[in-house]
Amino acid sequence: MSAPQEPLFVARETFRRRRLMDAARLLPVLGLFLVLLPMMWPAPEGEAPRAAREGVYLFLVWFGLIIAAAVLARRLSAVLNGESGTASGEGEM
Amino acid sequence: MGKRVLVIEDEANISEAIRFILSRDGWEVEIHPDGTDAASVVTACPPSLVILDVMLPGRSGFDILRSLREAEPTRAVPVLMLTAKGQAADRELAARFGATRFMTKPFANADLLAAVRDLAVT
Amino acid sequence: MSVNLLVIACLAYVVFLFLVAFAVERQAERGRVRWLRSSLIYTLSLSVYCTAWTFYGAVGYAARSGLEFVTIYLGPTLVFVGWWLMLRKLVRIGKQQRVTSIADMISARYGKSNLIGVLVTLLCIVAATPYIALQLQSIALSFAAFTSELNGDGLSDRQDFFALWVAAGLALFTILFGTRNLDANEQHPGVVTAIAVEAVVKLLALIAVGVFVVWVVADGPGDILTRIDAAARPEWAIQPGRWIGLVFLAGVAIICLPRMFQVTVVENADERHLATASWAFPLYLFAISLFVLPIAVVGLELMPSGSNPDLFVLTLPLTLGQDGLAMLAFLGGFSAATSMVIVATIALATMVSNHLMVPLWLHFKKGPAGRRGDMRGLVLNSRRLAICLLLGLGYVYYAVTGGSAALAAIGLIAFVGVAQMLPALVGALFWRGANRIGAAIGLGAGFLIWLYALFLPSFGPGVFLSAQVMAEGPFGIGWLRPYALFGVTTLDPLLHALFWSLTLNTVAFVTGSLLGFPTPIERVQGAQFVNAFDIQAGARGWSQSAAEAEDLLAMAQRILGTAETQRFFQAHAAAQGKAGFLPDTTPQFLDAVERKLAGSVGAATAHAMIEQIVGRAIVSVEDLMAVASETAQIMEYSNQLEGKSAELERTARQLREANDMLTKLSVQKDAFLSQISHELRTPMTSIRAFSEILMDAEGMPPEDQVKYARIIHDETIRLTRLLDDLLDLSVLENGQVNLDIQEARLSDLIDRAILASNSVQPQRKFRIQRDSAAEQVKVETDTGRLSQVFINVLSNARKYCDADAPVMEISVARNEDMIEVDFADNGSGIPFEKQALIFEKFARLTDQMQAGGAGLGLAICREIMINLGGSIAYVPGQGGAVFRVSFPQVLARTEPDQGPVSERSAAE
Repeated sequence: MSAPQEPLFVARETFRRRRLMDAARLLPVLGLFLVLLPMMWPAPEGEAPRAAREGVYLFLVWFGLIIAAAVLARRLSAVLNGESGTASGEGEM
Repeated sequence: MGKRVLVIEDEANISEAIRFILSRDGWEVEIHPDGTDAASVVTACPPSLVILDVMLPGRSGFDILRSLREAEPTRAVPVLMLTAKGQAADRELAARFGATRFMTKPFANADLLAAVRDLAVT
Repeated sequence: MSVNLLVIACLAYVVFLFLVAFAVERQAERGRVRWLRSSLIYTLSLSVYCTAWTFYGAVGYAARSGLEFVTIYLGPTLVFVGWWLMLRKLVRIGKQQRVTSIADMISARYGKSNLIGVLVTLLCIVAATPYIALQLQSIALSFAAFTSELNGDGLSDRQDFFALWVAAGLALFTILFGTRNLDANEQHPGVVTAIAVEAVVKLLALIAVGVFVVWVVADGPGDILTRIDAAARPEWAIQPGRWIGLVFLAGVAIICLPRMFQVTVVENADERHLATASWAFPLYLFAISLFVLPIAVVGLELMPSGSNPDLFVLTLPLTLGQDGLAMLAFLGGFSAATSMVIVATIALATMVSNHLMVPLWLHFKKGPAGRRGDMRGLVLNSRRLAICLLLGLGYVYYAVTGGSAALAAIGLIAFVGVAQMLPALVGALFWRGANRIGAAIGLGAGFLIWLYALFLPSFGPGVFLSAQVMAEGPFGIGWLRPYALFGVTTLDPLLHALFWSLTLNTVAFVTGSLLGFPTPIERVQGAQFVNAFDIQAGARGWSQSAAEAEDLLAMAQRILGTAETQRFFQAHAAAQGKAGFLPDTTPQFLDAVERKLAGSVGAATAHAMIEQIVGRAIVSVEDLMAVASETAQIMEYSNQLEGKSAELERTARQLREANDMLTKLSVQKDAFLSQISHELRTPMTSIRAFSEILMDAEGMPPEDQVKYARIIHDETIRLTRLLDDLLDLSVLENGQVNLDIQEARLSDLIDRAILASNSVQPQRKFRIQRDSAAEQVKVETDTGRLSQVFINVLSNARKYCDADAPVMEISVARNEDMIEVDFADNGSGIPFEKQALIFEKFARLTDQMQAGGAGLGLAICREIMINLGGSIAYVPGQGGAVFRVSFPQVLARTEPDQGPVSERSAAE
């Protein structure tokens, strides 16, 4: 994602915000899919699974989710600020 | 007792006409134009017949009739109600109070004379 | 390192935590809470999710089952990453409703049903008490591990003793910082900050051990990955059912666990902190999980077989001679355990006191509710008692079942228990149709199945459920076997219980909701919860009395109306020396508002409303607004009804009056017909009688014949006059009269009228008083008609004045352009009830009093005066009968069918 630009007009900003909320709602679904994926990987019968590979995958997915959530949260908190008006605590993150 | 008829009637012209009709037939006609003391006049000297108007100054003809019928000396005196009020209710009222006959104005002179001859106690 | 040093280190750490909490509370009291209420502190406080079970148990879990342990952290990660879906709403509602616990939230949604509150509280206690015991056990075990490593012998009595002291210390800490005050928001900054410090300690400890293992013991990440693959066993394979089930279960637990609800929702100071936590908390979980598998793998390699993998975090550094690291690990585990116990105890104590103890106390202590101060004391003391009871229960549980393998599994078992709140909670947030019946039977069913299929059997056969019941089912009913309900044997006990409890719970919840009917307050709350984001966040951050006054103003407006309320508030503000509409909410002012409102909604309701707004009680302002709106609507409706019925009554009265008038008119008309009959028949009688006489006039003297002919003539004239009168009246009434306007002197008109009226009852001598000066006025009108009116009035006086020495006083007055002529006699006047009728046609005061005339005189007079642009009226209360004739001095010459008509209609 590029650096935030000044919106051309309000409608565009509203549109971006809506899609942002959609993304925030879809992120856990994507995350669930990625997290459930390893259980479908075939493990040889009676043998040990390739735990290292699975572990690296899971922690990479995990970290990716965290990054995505951080980006979304930074943008969504602007929406929250707009909602809550002039409440204190700007830029605490 | 003689043939004396008492006419209680406030309209002078009507009582004049009655007097003419009855006098010509030989009746002694006495006229009383006021309702207030009509009953006492009758009581004082009961006539052969009372011709009684309804709409009288001072007292209603029905009222007079009722007091006549309530007092012993005048109970039997025949009363001919003669009124311009010809409605059924008036007729009923007259009968209930004990009118001997009920005639409406205007009347035929002959009918009046016949009624007087018929009713008067002589 | 000696045991004493360990104890001293622990004590020092605890003292440090006390000081931190104390300092923060002091800061909070001074209002300097900004940095304390930051999103960083919030995120760290969420780490109470990671208990000793995480700190020690995760490594053991990994050693036994490989990667499965990450599901416990992936579930919460997904929930927080998806905060926009559910957590945000939960936090918003928590703030709007000033929720104090998860039990409070669920019961608040379902019509403040205390039954549900009690159910949830019991469920939480049953699930959490073993969990608290587990924390105490972990502390005791780690203490024992340390001491046995140092001294070479197990000191079981000493470790129990230590656990007891820890429990007592935790109780003290929790009471000190968890029940300092009764804050409206149930927030405890001191506790939260201490928890945050402990979160840092336990994370640093685990990472330190992990770094030591990866880079000191092993040769970095690559080496560790190799070692992991080498250590992998077949049972480490991911089992799809458990994988899905555990991710789901952990995700549910992060929402439903009482302690998590406490830190996530109740202690949340700002909704935006949640945005930060949405990635920061998963990052924390990521960091704390990262080294779990390496530690487990290295532990399995290095530690003697048979050593407890649950304590690898502690025993690995000890074995490798890293005493300092071991101490850090010990404090980390200590932190994890204590922070969980503290928060869980606060959360549970709040529930126990709010939903069990206080209601019971109030129930048994009947009579008037205590004063506010008393209630605060009562609540705080009941919380303190609850904290002691819960910790005591945890300790007893630990002491009785201490060391049993059952305790180790209690973490996931507790998760399944608290997951029973999920259907009711999700229904609360997203389904307005959810109701308390569904919630109660759903919770009840889930709770029972969880107890029967998972919790009670977890103690092992023979403790609560006999081995026979476990194997064959109760009374030999096979499909009721606790681990194989309805014959399902393919799932492991945990998933089996999760599946059946949540399925039946949900089915019962949905069924109950579909069949039951919500109470009004449930419907209000349902709308509040489901539409939480549509409601303006008025509840947030209000604290000043101005806010209260404004809320009062807003509410009062809905009941009293805007203008009245604003006047009322303005007047009170002015009385307090303030400008504007918002007075201080002094007791006097509140009393006044309450009295004012009571006038509209009744005393009890008004009192409740004021108390709710000012007292910050359970019902939120928004509820009251809704209720107030409803009340206003109802009042408006009933006002409308009232108005309508008043209108109906008015109409009915008018109808009755009209009917009465019609009846009177009808009676009058009958009387008139009778009258007119009489009036017509009387002259006709004479005419007929004398006609007949004249027809038979033989022998009659000529003078008699002339006399009788004259009578006939007179009577004919009389008859004609009567008919003229009737015709005249008809013409006048229809406004078709042609006015003959002439100029004349009023005195002349009166002279003429007196002269003419003298013919009526000429025997009566009237003394007539006149004001001749006033009469010298010229009038321009239809003088003939005006004279007719005068004559009629004077004639009536002659007929009806009952004075012995009758006097007629004629006075004239001018009123602007109008001339008023009063004719006053000295008789007894006209009775009041007849006054309205005298101008009606055919009206006669009495039959007896009538003295000729058909009763048309005054009716004709009225019509004439209307046509002359004036009026004739009876002036009551003058002693005798007084008629006032008023008319314009100059009558405008208008077209005959315009002016008079319109004036006439205006006059009527």
